[in-house]
Amino acid sequence: MKKIRLGDIAHGRSGDKGNHANIGVIAYTLAGHDHLATALSGDKVKAYFHSLSPEKVDRFDLPRLFAFNFVLWNVLGGGASDSLRTDTQGKALATALLEMELPEPENLAAMLPPEAMLLPDALPPAGKSAPGNAPPKAPKA
Amino acid sequence: MSVIPDSIRIGNGAGFWGDNLDAPIRLAELGALDFLTLEYLAELTLSILAHQRRLDPESGYVGDFPATVLRLIPILKAQPNLRIVTNAGGLNPAACAREVARHLTAAGMGGEKVAWVSGDDLMPRLAELRSAGERFRHFDSGEALGFFETAASAEGGTRESQGGVVSANVYLGAAPICEALDRGARIVITGRVADASLTLGPAMHAFRWGWKDWDKLAAASAAGHLIECGAQVTGGLLSRWQTVPDYAHIGYPIAILDSKGGCRITKPEGTGGVVSRETVTEQLLYEIGDPARYHTPDVTLDFTDAEVTEIGPDLVEITGVKGVPPPATLKVSCAYSNGFSAKGDLVVSGRDAAGKAKATGEMILDRVDQAGFPLRRKYMEVLGSGATLPGVETGAGDLKEVVLRISVWDKDKKAVERFCREISPVITSGPPGISGYAGSRPKARPMLSYWPTVVERDHVRPVVYVRGAEDLAE
Repeated sequence: MKKIRLGDIAHGRSGDKGNHANIGVIAYTLAGHDHLATALSGDKVKAYFHSLSPEKVDRFDLPRLFAFNFVLWNVLGGGASDSLRTDTQGKALATALLEMELPEPENLAAMLPPEAMLLPDALPPAGKSAPGNAPPKAPKA
Repeated sequence: MSVIPDSIRIGNGAGFWGDNLDAPIRLAELGALDFLTLEYLAELTLSILAHQRRLDPESGYVGDFPATVLRLIPILKAQPNLRIVTNAGGLNPAACAREVARHLTAAGMGGEKVAWVSGDDLMPRLAELRSAGERFRHFDSGEALGFFETAASAEGGTRESQGGVVSANVYLGAAPICEALDRGARIVITGRVADASLTLGPAMHAFRWGWKDWDKLAAASAAGHLIECGAQVTGGLLSRWQTVPDYAHIGYPIAILDSKGGCRITKPEGTGGVVSRETVTEQLLYEIGDPARYHTPDVTLDFTDAEVTEIGPDLVEITGVKGVPPPATLKVSCAYSNGFSAKGDLVVSGRDAAGKAKATGEMILDRVDQAGFPLRRKYMEVLGSGATLPGVETGAGDLKEVVLRISVWDKDKKAVERFCREISPVITSGPPGISGYAGSRPKARPMLSYWPTVVERDHVRPVVYVRGAEDLAE
């Protein structure tokens, strides 16, 4: 089976609150959002970070942003003040999560970042974007 | 301000203490701002300032700020309506205000008013608050904080480490900032306030909203949340960082708020970085928990139905943020001294560098143990092999070069100091290919642990002082 990286269809950012961390994951398109709504559960994220022993992982949905907020409880080894780790504030969690492998979805082209979202003078070398892909629209309430 | 403006521009030129020193200058020059904010206080910054204030009673604030004011003076003269709001006061807003007043007076601006806000520092009131029933229970564990070594055994405080609280500051809201601006302050200096309140305060002053116009309060607070970390909303940290133009000249953010509760984010023209749906959405999610309950002292924000729309080049609109009344309690950040820690690094190169680094680290820790100091906490990282997230990411197979980092903690300073002495001996008594021991021996430094808690709102009394710079400078 062909695989993709989560980072092919979503972007994200992570940070800390005391000993907890959060990872915001944002799909580039509505199709990507709908796919991740089932493909990226809190349990899946918890399993991915099992070696860091999060107590639990909650997922909160922000559908109009195509976004999911994952809260990883007690995952930072004490947090900014007490942790002996280098990444005391969970800064590396989002980039790590975006490396997660997922089975390639059938409509992958509709999930890639639209051309309009790339800056013309800073296009990445590979022609990864899907031509004719409309800019994202918020789902109807 | 007697006439209510249609909109105001608030730029944030500092996202933490240590941020780029030129950013607020460039932002004030180019941003056509009504208000410049500067945010300096991370969770543990105040405990570091507490240490400084013990050594010198006139210190305890962010020294970068008065130095920044000095550089801003020509801009303040050229833009008579530009006002500044900052939490640079730290543990000593009055002293910070005095230094700022001296700079203004020396520059012929002694007629300007400087304000400072006090009341966030709860250290002088701990005993009184305990008598009033506050137990300062930990946010997560519910454990009561054992404040006084003598009282700790009687009152819970089961952690042996709770001996010395070094700082306890409650997060104040936008009201004292609004009051200071209403009273004519050109520069407002606070201690601990919620980051978003640095933006909401000016908005309340300008638009005269009611303190229960929850959705408007939420919109302005959302803007504050988005700009509080400076360049993180203009391209900093963006996942697709390769698409960010001209990082080296990155522009700092501006919130454009209107009197109806509209909220847009932009940056000065001609600067680097980008403001897009991508940058704003990533930052909107930054360090939030349940998006339906993002608490500030002023309002609880609900981001569930938030929308982020690109409406022009580097211009993004945020809509759909709802507000509800905030909780009856206010958040407090405490720090207590908690033993000592140290961190030592060595560069290990050659065949099987990762395996060699691990063996080297183990021999260092073994020697500390043999010397009679079984360290209570120790942590080894072989950087280069995916050690920042062990077990999640793995490095390449046969690494030729890694950094060995060992971090330790103990209540006993002597144990940590012994560890510090055991790093360099392995350079001659360990495996070959170890270098990078360039600096001096690592130092045992006091660890300050974080204790988040709450107090009843009724127990908190902010006070606003407004003085002419010339009077204050004397």
